[in-house]
Amino acid sequence: MEIINYISAIIIPLVIVLVIGYGIAEKKNVYDIFLRGAKNGIKIVIKLFPTLLAIFLAINMLRNSGVIDFIINILKPILLFFNIPIEIMPLALLRPVSGTASMAVATDIIKTSGVDSKIGLIAATIMGSTETVFYTIALYTSSINVKKTRFTLVASLIANFVGIATSVIIFNNL
Amino acid sequence: MLNKIWPFFIIISFIYALLKLKIPELNESIFNSCSQTVEMILSFLGIMCMWNGIMQIIKETTLINKIKRILRPFMKFLFPKLNTKSKAYEEITMNIVANLLGLGNAATPLGLKAMQALQEENPDKEKLSDTMIMFLVLNTASIQIIPTTIIAIRSSLGSSNPAKIIIPVWISTIVAASAGIITVKLLSKRKEK
Repeated sequence: MEIINYISAIIIPLVIVLVIGYGIAEKKNVYDIFLRGAKNGIKIVIKLFPTLLAIFLAINMLRNSGVIDFIINILKPILLFFNIPIEIMPLALLRPVSGTASMAVATDIIKTSGVDSKIGLIAATIMGSTETVFYTIALYTSSINVKKTRFTLVASLIANFVGIATSVIIFNNL
Repeated sequence: MLNKIWPFFIIISFIYALLKLKIPELNESIFNSCSQTVEMILSFLGIMCMWNGIMQIIKETTLINKIKRILRPFMKFLFPKLNTKSKAYEEITMNIVANLLGLGNAATPLGLKAMQALQEENPDKEKLSDTMIMFLVLNTASIQIIPTTIIAIRSSLGSSNPAKIIIPVWISTIVAASAGIITVKLLSKRKEK
């Protein structure tokens, strides 16, 4: 575990150093390039703001009114069968539907269960290893006006479910 | 789609809260959402800009070519019908690189460009081609080396080692992507026969 912690802590600094070192070796003005790229990041985040607000609003209202608890209670037996912790449920449900909403839910789970607790780690791993299936497919296909998606959704949902199950299995056996 | 789901969620919440006498909680959730969004955006802003800066350096050096060369065998396996000299090939590679670095939001515009290029080569404009489906499934399976966003969240919540989930993410992302890839390969083979 010590080694894993160390490796995971060194990956990001290492990538940054390698990229910058490579830029210097090619005699590029890495500082200027970095600033230019970073400026682009602001645009992306600002664009995200309205979506995030709309989704947070809907999800928080669903949660505080008790609708989500109601749905979870119905699905409880299935969860217990697959050994999925109940706290993870809202995330598993929302993950394929909305990226920002599942991000909000994951943040909430991590905050309440503890950032380094088992549940918190499972939630984080699910977020890291799965994507917003419906949103991605809708966005990508509508951009080229294609309606016949054939087996795209099936394959994506299988991958998503496998990702969630694997995340749970990893931490259940650690 | 969200034009229907979003209002539905809000209206159903109001009705349910009314029935369950939870209106004060509902009211509170509205104000919480606003401040939560600002908090979230602020914690994103730093790390997104940082990675975009690093990504820009990769793009403006020959490092991008090196990465493409490493990816070539995988690309051949995943997209056997794709011409390696085509524009679509280039766009797909860039999208995969952005995904690998955990830059989901930077990957999207690149992915959309790739879809456009693929559509030009698509014989049946009404239907997704096998290459497009594989590309989409890869994008929904989120193969990444550095799960940037979730690490940012873990660090903003005070984790002792925010990057601790990297290896579990690798394992589960590989297993998930393999499941997706196998499904696509099987289903597109079946169609050919």
